[in-house]
Amino acid sequence: MGNKQTVFTDEQLEAYQDCTFFTRKEIMRLFYRYQDLAPQLVPLDYTSYPNVKVPYELIGSMPELKDNPFRQRIAQVFSEDGDGHMTLDNFLDMFSVMSEMAPRDLKAYYAFKIYDFNNDDYICAWDLEQTVTRLTRGELSAEEVSLVCEKVLDEADGDHDGRLSLEDFQNMILRAPDFLSTFHIRI
Amino acid sequence: MWKRLEKHRSSKSPSGMSSREYLSEEELAWIQEQVEEKKKLITTMRNKPWPMAKKLTELREAQAFVEKYEGALGKGKGQQLYAYRMLMAKKWVKFKRDFDNFKTQCIPWEMKIKDIESHFGSSVASYFIFLRWMYGVNLVLFGLIFGLVIIPEVLMGMPYGSIPRKTVPRAEEEKAMDFSVLWDFEGYIKYSALFYGYYNDQRTIGWLRYRLPMAYFMVGVSVFGYSLMIVIRSMASNTQGSTSDGENDNFTFSFKMFTSWDYLIGNSETADNKYASITTSFKESIVDEQESNKEENIHLTRFLRVLANFLIICCLCGSGYLIYFVVKRSQEFSKMQNISWYERNEVEIVMSLLGMFCPPLFETIAALENYHPRIGLKWQLGRIFALFLGNLYTFLLALMDEVHHKLSNEDTIKNITHWTLFNYYNSSGWNDSVPRPPLHPADVPRGSCWETAVGIEFMRLTVSDMLVSYITILLGDFLRACFVRFMNYCWCWDLEAGFPSYAEFDISGNVLGLIFNQGMIWMGSFYAPGLVGINVLRLLTSMYFQCWAVMSSNVPHARVFKASRSNNFYMGLLLLVLFLSLLPVAYTIMSLPPSFDCGPFSGKNRMYDVIQETVENDFPNFLGKIFAFLANPGLIIPAILLMFLAIYYLNSVSKSLARANAQLRKKIQALRDVEKFHKSVKGRAIVKDSGDTLKGSSKNATQLQLTEEGTTPHSTSPSQTLEKKAQGPGTSSSAGRTVLPTTRNVPVSQPPGVRLNSSQPLPQTHPWRSTSGKSTRRPPPH
Repeated sequence: MGNKQTVFTDEQLEAYQDCTFFTRKEIMRLFYRYQDLAPQLVPLDYTSYPNVKVPYELIGSMPELKDNPFRQRIAQVFSEDGDGHMTLDNFLDMFSVMSEMAPRDLKAYYAFKIYDFNNDDYICAWDLEQTVTRLTRGELSAEEVSLVCEKVLDEADGDHDGRLSLEDFQNMILRAPDFLSTFHIRI
Repeated sequence: MWKRLEKHRSSKSPSGMSSREYLSEEELAWIQEQVEEKKKLITTMRNKPWPMAKKLTELREAQAFVEKYEGALGKGKGQQLYAYRMLMAKKWVKFKRDFDNFKTQCIPWEMKIKDIESHFGSSVASYFIFLRWMYGVNLVLFGLIFGLVIIPEVLMGMPYGSIPRKTVPRAEEEKAMDFSVLWDFEGYIKYSALFYGYYNDQRTIGWLRYRLPMAYFMVGVSVFGYSLMIVIRSMASNTQGSTSDGENDNFTFSFKMFTSWDYLIGNSETADNKYASITTSFKESIVDEQESNKEENIHLTRFLRVLANFLIICCLCGSGYLIYFVVKRSQEFSKMQNISWYERNEVEIVMSLLGMFCPPLFETIAALENYHPRIGLKWQLGRIFALFLGNLYTFLLALMDEVHHKLSNEDTIKNITHWTLFNYYNSSGWNDSVPRPPLHPADVPRGSCWETAVGIEFMRLTVSDMLVSYITILLGDFLRACFVRFMNYCWCWDLEAGFPSYAEFDISGNVLGLIFNQGMIWMGSFYAPGLVGINVLRLLTSMYFQCWAVMSSNVPHARVFKASRSNNFYMGLLLLVLFLSLLPVAYTIMSLPPSFDCGPFSGKNRMYDVIQETVENDFPNFLGKIFAFLANPGLIIPAILLMFLAIYYLNSVSKSLARANAQLRKKIQALRDVEKFHKSVKGRAIVKDSGDTLKGSSKNATQLQLTEEGTTPHSTSPSQTLEKKAQGPGTSSSAGRTVLPTTRNVPVSQPPGVRLNSSQPLPQTHPWRSTSGKSTRRPPPH
């Protein structure tokens, strides 16, 4: 295959193809999208593994993410230090997991992390409240919000500790018919 | 593990080469296992939930390991062959990767679909993805038919005008080029390679000795075979992902919370709509949850439902009868001269109009039934399906009558032809020494070719269906949108929020239409090889036209109800339609004699005789004997019985696996409960020691019957739990929450005693109607 690109070495591209669900062309396209976010910051030559992070504000302004109520959480989950500033590796990782080729359990794992706002490895009631508030943009009253959170804990909390562990979450989400089609970002 | 290997090596003889070569059997097996594991890790690396840096390092390690030890495995064992095999395997992996890359590049319309997804969400886009998939399937079928049937006939068969079946009859010749005649697929189009009647029945044609009749038959069979295979493969890959147990109703709120936001949305207006719809959906579920079962008038509801079903059945029968009547009338028309345009096309017009007006009629009648929207949608789909099916089959029945009629006329035509030729060759007035020129093909009396007639009917139906659907979209969606947008300035009420408003994209109607059109193509492709080509063109234009129409005149759905739990619903429907369209074709092939003077099977007793002929004449003798042996009923019946037994066996195996699955699940649940119990015991011990009064009760484990009541009802927790028990019989888990007396703040939300206030009226928004003034939706700006 004619490879005229000088951004990555061949080994790098092959390694990326092994570690994500993308083809060579898609990886190049993603790289150029990443580069477009911060042309001053991102070098056009990654053969020397530069350590470059694009700040969260630019990531959150991408058209695919800007309307998503969970964009901050998504960026935080996939970023190096949990602050939302992403390297190219993180960027590729994020879109690979959110692509339609990723299997259910991989998506479920990351969905759990995204909805776990306080990063304590459990989705507790506070996390649920945060989720509902963001989903409805504050349109529901406080009682309605707490009712919904309670119902969710009733339904999904298998070990009855008042919060959802990873297994509870996976158990529930793997039965959702819509999960794969909604937890998907096309880029 | 590497150390073990190194130690083993160093314990062997010190000389370098020989120790390398001497590896015991178990070492070899162990290394092989490790290498296989590493290889598996490499192929599944992308599925691992690790950050990219970790994946890259693991990948490099695994690759280095495989490189290092793969060579070692090869020693002393036909090393060259082994190395060669490894090299080939690597090249194969690389080739597959390049091919996959190429395939992804070839997928068309990716950006268009992404645009639609970001504006309308995944459910509308799923229709376009389905359309694209259909286009791919039709393209393959077209390639098959075009390459194996049409091209050989055009290149190597006899040209137009050489034999009677390939020539326009003298009577029709002057009008044969008129546009109106061509539009009806008569004239020159009828006598072309697009239809069955053009093909000659020569056993082999051209210098390649291409066996056209055999090819025609086999291509017809393989069209169905390929379609079947690809539909089943698509269904199988859809079920791969889902592990549905059928208990999905228990997770309404959870699913709403975690799967309602569509991550594909990339447009702020759509996002606004989505927020509104999610809010409405939550509010609805809350109301549903809190409302006790109203004492509805069950008898009235039942009566209304029976009445509605009765009305709909009347409609269905009425439409069936109408089609039958119209087809009969068209047969009479075809005998008359000077028929108007309307009379010529009456059948297609009536069928398309029925398809256009009956579904909304069903919806209006269904308002009597008062079902939950999801159930109502299912009923609606079922009725539309019944409508299309009934129409199609009535059409077919009427067509069969015509076919039989034509067949019964064949004998008379045969006589006429025979006598005409006889008279032509023996009439007086010609010199016997000069050989007489053969009768011009246009003058030979022709039999009415029923296969071509059937093919023409299907062609016309497809074309008229396409036109009607485009006109519906233009009128129903586009003109409506223009009217609402421009008349809004000078109209009494708000057109956008009120009556006409913008149309929503009707996903299920469109998908059903697509499925039934494909059914018609499958039925007609045996008699009109060109039909699949027309369909490819139609799907192509549909894609562009509907993409434009959706973006310019539709708005996203206010509430999204998926008709099905999985994507397999529509695939299952497609499979059903495939079988239903296979039946008429199989029936006609098996039981009707082909026309005597047109098509590749003319002159035979039955169309499938071509196979027997080929086997007798072209295959070596022993193959013929083998086939005869295989076709023996004594062999076929036991084979069928064996297949039934295999199905029964596999069914029982899968049932027992499901049972084992359920048992394992129960075990996991029980283990977790035991853990929780131990934790709570420990916790209580700590509590008792410290004199704290936080108490909790553990849940009834299925096997450990422990119901601990809180002995010191300090907080209101036990009373709360009792309340909850009273309120929700299904919410058994509320029987107890282990309030762990840890130092961590368990942020339990507001105590559910708030539920007592449910008598307070919630802000009354009627659940089924969106709040006005908030959701004036506009189609996405271009």
